Amino acid sequence: MVETKGLAGNIVRSGPALRRAALALLAVGLASAPLYLPTYTLVFLSNLGMYVVLTVSWILFAGSTGYVSLASAVFFGIGVYAAVLWRTALGFWVAALLGGLLSGAVAAGMGMVTLRLRGAYFSMFTLGAVELATSATRWGEAHFFGRVGRIVLPVGQETIYYAMLVLVILLFATWELVQRSKLGMGLRCIGEDEEAAAHIGIPTTRVKVAGFCLSAVFMGCAGAIMATRWTYVDPRIAFNLQLSFIPVLIAVFSGSRRPYGAALGAVLFVALEDFLITRLPYHYMLLFGLVMVAVMLYSPGGVMVLLSRWWEQVLTWSRGEKAGAAK
Amino acid sequence: MTMAFLEGREIIKRFGGLVALAGVSFTVEEGEVVGIIGPNGAGKTTLFNVVTGAVRADHGQLWFRGRPLLGLGPDEIYRRGIARTFQTVRVFRGMTVFENVLAGAWFGPESGRTRGEAERRAWWALEMVGLKDLAGAVAGDLQIVYQKRVELARALAGKPRVLLLDELMAGLTAREVEEAVVFLRRLQGEGLTVVLIEHVLRAVMRACDRVLVLHQGRKIAEGRPEEVVRHPEVVEAYLGSGAST
Repeated sequence: MVETKGLAGNIVRSGPALRRAALALLAVGLASAPLYLPTYTLVFLSNLGMYVVLTVSWILFAGSTGYVSLASAVFFGIGVYAAVLWRTALGFWVAALLGGLLSGAVAAGMGMVTLRLRGAYFSMFTLGAVELATSATRWGEAHFFGRVGRIVLPVGQETIYYAMLVLVILLFATWELVQRSKLGMGLRCIGEDEEAAAHIGIPTTRVKVAGFCLSAVFMGCAGAIMATRWTYVDPRIAFNLQLSFIPVLIAVFSGSRRPYGAALGAVLFVALEDFLITRLPYHYMLLFGLVMVAVMLYSPGGVMVLLSRWWEQVLTWSRGEKAGAAK
Repeated sequence: MTMAFLEGREIIKRFGGLVALAGVSFTVEEGEVVGIIGPNGAGKTTLFNVVTGAVRADHGQLWFRGRPLLGLGPDEIYRRGIARTFQTVRVFRGMTVFENVLAGAWFGPESGRTRGEAERRAWWALEMVGLKDLAGAVAGDLQIVYQKRVELARALAGKPRVLLLDELMAGLTAREVEEAVVFLRRLQGEGLTVVLIEHVLRAVMRACDRVLVLHQGRKIAEGRPEEVVRHPEVVEAYLGSGAST
């Protein structure tokens, strides 16, 4: 017990050095995971990576601007179809990259049209965009190619795992860069007061489009990577509406606007979902909904707020003990 | 005809049936401090909104340093060198004082190149308004008086040529008004042109070189402050007909 408290105190005091060490340890652990983890766990981790990417990239735009986009499924699905088109011809990595770029391009176009809309109107439009993408793709497939779904040439689980890991790392690095950049500052100002932001020289539409586009790039990459795991895809699978809502749910669930908090929220969320699906397959949705409602009622700031409050308590408690011991 | 530094001609703005500006013309010369006074609903803030691109005029023309302004967005107008503050304070409440001001500097017309330059400008602006010690405070936590200063610093940080101040002194104590007047003169000394909407007449009298009076969307008087306040139409607009003070 005494050691634990000492450790907690040390974590606080040593701050950045220890954080760096912890991150390095985590990086080594994740990089070497395929060497000793069973395939099932790798698949679980890749899946988790997908949720982390969707959530953090969603927060990258929505967290600072307050624009609730429900178009995540569109960008993810575009990535999926990039894999359909280019996985065989150009290889897995190029297809993943193109998936991201194509999604980014579509987001830029969509943003230029819709980011003049505010609040609920923007959300409604992005929601409609998912349906549009699904229907248009289904019609195109049936009309021009006479088919419903497609087969994507698979790659190994290890490759998928590493691709997802690289994507997560790139996303976190991008986050850090954006926060320090003019773009990040512009996005935050827009979230605070869009009109005032325009009056201090921020080209609001351009900044919003750039942020929206950047977040879509990562969603597209994630889609292209996951498509090679599913091997069979059709419009319903690619543009799965659930993928639009999950990032929002995780963001509300975690309550964090920062990537580490959101990622941790995603881990808890997916673990909880996994637990409920496997143990209580028939009541899973009901219980899941109850948990969400409970979080919103009892910790409106999200579970991360709750966790950090507990952590604070542990710290003050351990400090108090130490002060008592010193007397 | 030579054009003024900032010049508007026959500006008309209607909101539905309400005529907020009924053909207002004005000029502002470089380095001047100009006051705009008038009763509530006279169109003062609407005029600011037209000049800064927040609302689009229905009719009229507007030039700044010889170039037309109408049709430009607020961000473009800010980058041309016209900054403003708002009647009801609009700081970025969740950001620190420094971040607020840094944003103003970073996206500004001259200092916008690098972050380092923007930071220097931000510190300068904070120094100007006397908020250096509160740089790390969260803007939304401050009292309104300080938030007004944050907003002012944010506008100044972009190194504007013209500063439009919408009721900067409302709610200030007599002493703070005095300080604000000194401050305005100091801005003028720095080469800034200032246009202020103000209800505190005592301050207007002391701070302004020239005063425009708006009433029901029209300019009813213009001139040196001490002349304007004696103008019969102004007295009537302010106090109602038959007033004897």
